Amino acid sequence: MDNQTLAVQIDDLTVAYNYKPVLWDIDLSVPEGVLMAIVGPNGAGKSTLIKTILGIIKPIAGTVSIYGKPYSKQRKLVAYVPQKGSVDWDFPTTALDVVMMGTYGNLGWIKRPGQKEKKIALESMEKVDMLAYKNRQISQLSGGQQQRVFLARALAQDASIYFMDEPFQGVDATTEIAIINILKELRKAGKTVVVVHHDLQTVPEYFDWVTFLNVKKIATGPVKDIFNDDNLTKTYGINYKVAVNK
Amino acid sequence: MNIQEYFELVWTDYTLRTITLGTAVLGAICGMLGSFAVLRKQSLLGDAISHAALPGIALAFLITGAKDSGTLLLGALVSGVIGTFWIRGITTKTHLKSDTALGLILSIFFGFGMLLLTFIQKQPNANQAGLDKYLFGQAATLMESDVRLMIIVTGISLFVMVLFWKEFKILLFDADYTKTLGFNTKFIDVLITFLIVLAIVLGLQTVGVVLMSAILLAPAAAARQWTNNLGTMVLLAAVFGALSGVFGTAISASQNNLSTGPVIVLVAGVFVLFSFIFSHKRGLLFREIRFRKNRTDLKLMKTLQFMYGIAQEHENISHPHAIRILNNFYGFTKGSLKKLENEGWIAIDGQQWAMTPKGYKQAQEMYNQKPINE
Amino acid sequence: MSNPQIEIQLIAAIVAIACAIPGVFLVLRKMALISDAISHSILPGIVIGFFITQDLNSPLLILLAALTGVITVVMVEFIQKTGLVKEDTAIGLVFPVLFSIGVILIAKNANDVHLDVDAVLLGELAFAPFDRLMVGGADWGPKSLWVMGSILFITISLLILFFKELKVTTFDAGLSSVLGISPVVMHYGLMSVSSVTVVGAFDAVGAILVVALMIAPAATAYLLTEDLKKMIWLSILFGVFSAISGYWVANILDASISGSIATTLGVVFLLVYLFAPKKGLISVLYRQKQQRIEVSLITFLLHLNRHEEESERHINHLQEHINWRAVRARSVLDLAEKNNLVEIENQVVSLTEKGLAFTEKSLEYIINNKDEKIEPMKEDFFLFRG
Repeated sequence: MDNQTLAVQIDDLTVAYNYKPVLWDIDLSVPEGVLMAIVGPNGAGKSTLIKTILGIIKPIAGTVSIYGKPYSKQRKLVAYVPQKGSVDWDFPTTALDVVMMGTYGNLGWIKRPGQKEKKIALESMEKVDMLAYKNRQISQLSGGQQQRVFLARALAQDASIYFMDEPFQGVDATTEIAIINILKELRKAGKTVVVVHHDLQTVPEYFDWVTFLNVKKIATGPVKDIFNDDNLTKTYGINYKVAVNK
Repeated sequence: MNIQEYFELVWTDYTLRTITLGTAVLGAICGMLGSFAVLRKQSLLGDAISHAALPGIALAFLITGAKDSGTLLLGALVSGVIGTFWIRGITTKTHLKSDTALGLILSIFFGFGMLLLTFIQKQPNANQAGLDKYLFGQAATLMESDVRLMIIVTGISLFVMVLFWKEFKILLFDADYTKTLGFNTKFIDVLITFLIVLAIVLGLQTVGVVLMSAILLAPAAAARQWTNNLGTMVLLAAVFGALSGVFGTAISASQNNLSTGPVIVLVAGVFVLFSFIFSHKRGLLFREIRFRKNRTDLKLMKTLQFMYGIAQEHENISHPHAIRILNNFYGFTKGSLKKLENEGWIAIDGQQWAMTPKGYKQAQEMYNQKPINE
Repeated sequence: MSNPQIEIQLIAAIVAIACAIPGVFLVLRKMALISDAISHSILPGIVIGFFITQDLNSPLLILLAALTGVITVVMVEFIQKTGLVKEDTAIGLVFPVLFSIGVILIAKNANDVHLDVDAVLLGELAFAPFDRLMVGGADWGPKSLWVMGSILFITISLLILFFKELKVTTFDAGLSSVLGISPVVMHYGLMSVSSVTVVGAFDAVGAILVVALMIAPAATAYLLTEDLKKMIWLSILFGVFSAISGYWVANILDASISGSIATTLGVVFLLVYLFAPKKGLISVLYRQKQQRIEVSLITFLLHLNRHEEESERHINHLQEHINWRAVRARSVLDLAEKNNLVEIENQVVSLTEKGLAFTEKSLEYIINNKDEKIEPMKEDFFLFRG
């Protein structure tokens, strides 16, 4: 690998849920400025990997570092877009309010969001084209709009690395295009984006970097080099062929 | 004393004023903190905690012999917390589900509490009269010191809530995300749970262990129907709670032989029922009206489309047709025809109708967007 | 033992069995709290039924009150469907309101109803033997024995008749539809049986303790077995044991029988919760600790397997790279060494042949058989035995 700065570096990471090992001995380096997809079958530990990097799940062994330092010291460089289904959308709050939550991390304990935070939130909403819905109750948003709100919340964090858990799940085509455009813009701005992704067909189109994961790391690297039948087969089982490989 | 007298006396009579203030404050704090319980889907945890508090009250009495509510409530707090932790232990360490854990702890702790209470009652020296009030609550036994305690605890809770408002809100909505922002979610979680337990324990004397959870849930459930803003919801729940407390006390005080708990619960239940039906945002009544209106609109559009189909066959779109030919079309009524005319989509002349250019255009647009299927 | 004493124990035991059977299904269906809701909300049904029949043991009253129980379930489900509140809130709202109505009805008609608040919460098991069933002047025993006996008889008959259907709908509602068994019918059937049982038992043990008799034996049994038949038998056993011993404890303390039964149920549950061989707290904690060590060990071996370079295999590396706390690193290393999986030379750890074989085998498990616990490997390598 060339001498790029590493945004994320994972060493010997092992994670087990209750009795079940989910991730084994993972070494993974994410160079700065890539748009990376994590792919793998259901239960491969994709979400778990992201959650472990973000400190939501404690690993049994191994280390995660963000720009060379432990995650706990670099929190402010990292933004997170959880799965849309992970929260209760009937919660009594507005879209703008949710986006504002992105600024809470920088605010720290007790301090209240003010005009500055509101401005950041509104700008983030504009980027995802949701400004018109800022006062909408979140339950009255469509699935795609909810996903955009989540994305705006992460944008409001103004981070260097973005982790997204299945951002394309259950969204309409327009939203999918809007999201991928934002991701590409983020990359252009030098940010690193790591996305748990389901749809193998769109990997070459959307991403420039890919990690194959199935409990163990199978392969990681530029899409053009490693996105091939061989790795897909190793990840998904016997003789997995996708039409994407022309 | 009837209710009217109660409200006349409440301003002058010292006891009545104390009791009323107590139940109002209690209702307010329960409504506030209950909102959190409801939003965290911990509605039934409150029920388990309040039942689990009973043996604590009995044991505190057995050990200290004290009857003052401070000591007894401390006992309640301890056993309520033990119950909560055991529930957590059961759900995290075994494969038993939370409903089983809640029901189990609730009934077993309560049973143990009743065992102790009946045991105390049989003691020859026992000056135990008054422990019964913790079953269904007796607001009349509230003393000034109790009310003072309530006000202090409510004040502290309010202060903590305002202070950590942002943290509470984000944790309630998205706990994992909160963690990634660097907040100590365990701390916030314990804080919220502790406040809820505190509110429950505080209410035991007035409402009783059996029905305490309802005072926690009902104002919050009612408030949720009127607003989509967390702050407003908490405020509204506090108001509903306070009103339930006051009216419940008034009614039970004006009748013989009525515990406060059940009456307050019923008053709160009325709030819930009213909100469920009449809330302008989510209420069942307005939902039904909206549903009907949508259905009428749809029917209207269908009629218009049917007319469009007929009008299309003529060169002059405004060629008049007999109303009779609409007869086989079920969506057509005199009223809907009138509505169509009011919209300026058709013109009616005696037994004839004719499509206006405006109506034609409208129908055309509808076709282009999406055909309405049966 | 006097005659009434035997009769009380007999009634208690029958109530316990009648509660334990539906309790098992409620626990398995994650509907344990429905029993709580039913037990509270039948109160107005009982009071109104009493106004009509003037007899607490009348079958008509039992049916009327049981109907209130089923109505509660329907109401809760209706509120849930509106989506106005979450389902747990729906339960939490309905039953206190109905219970309150019941309590107020009793209070307002205290002179007409031979029910008081204590009876509502605790039942009157001690008095049960005094209410006799007299047929043509002959004493046929306590009425409640007959009532509960009939309910138990019906419950057991239904259980035997519909055992297969209950089992399928409980464990796989999807499959049951395919097989043509209606989950809805089974659901409301179970709700009806539960309601009738609660009403029958209510008189003896009161509103809240009937919940203990339904949930506790089933929960305790569930910690010991997952076989449905065994679970039912164990629940019955725990229920009856607690009923009888609870009676004697109450006798000694001169306190409420039903409170004492519930307490005994709690103690039995606590013991099983702590000491159950597989699902108990102690064995779970022990196993989790073992599991952690095993996982750590395998991670460590995999690491050795993967890294040829000596710097990665240096003895100090364990803490540095794998990031374990010193103690655990040491214990994992000791374990590996003791089992001849690794050897240490000049502070550099390498796999032995046995270690290599073990690692490869675990790799196979991880990749192909990840759902399997790593338990089976124990047998191959006698790793963690003593």
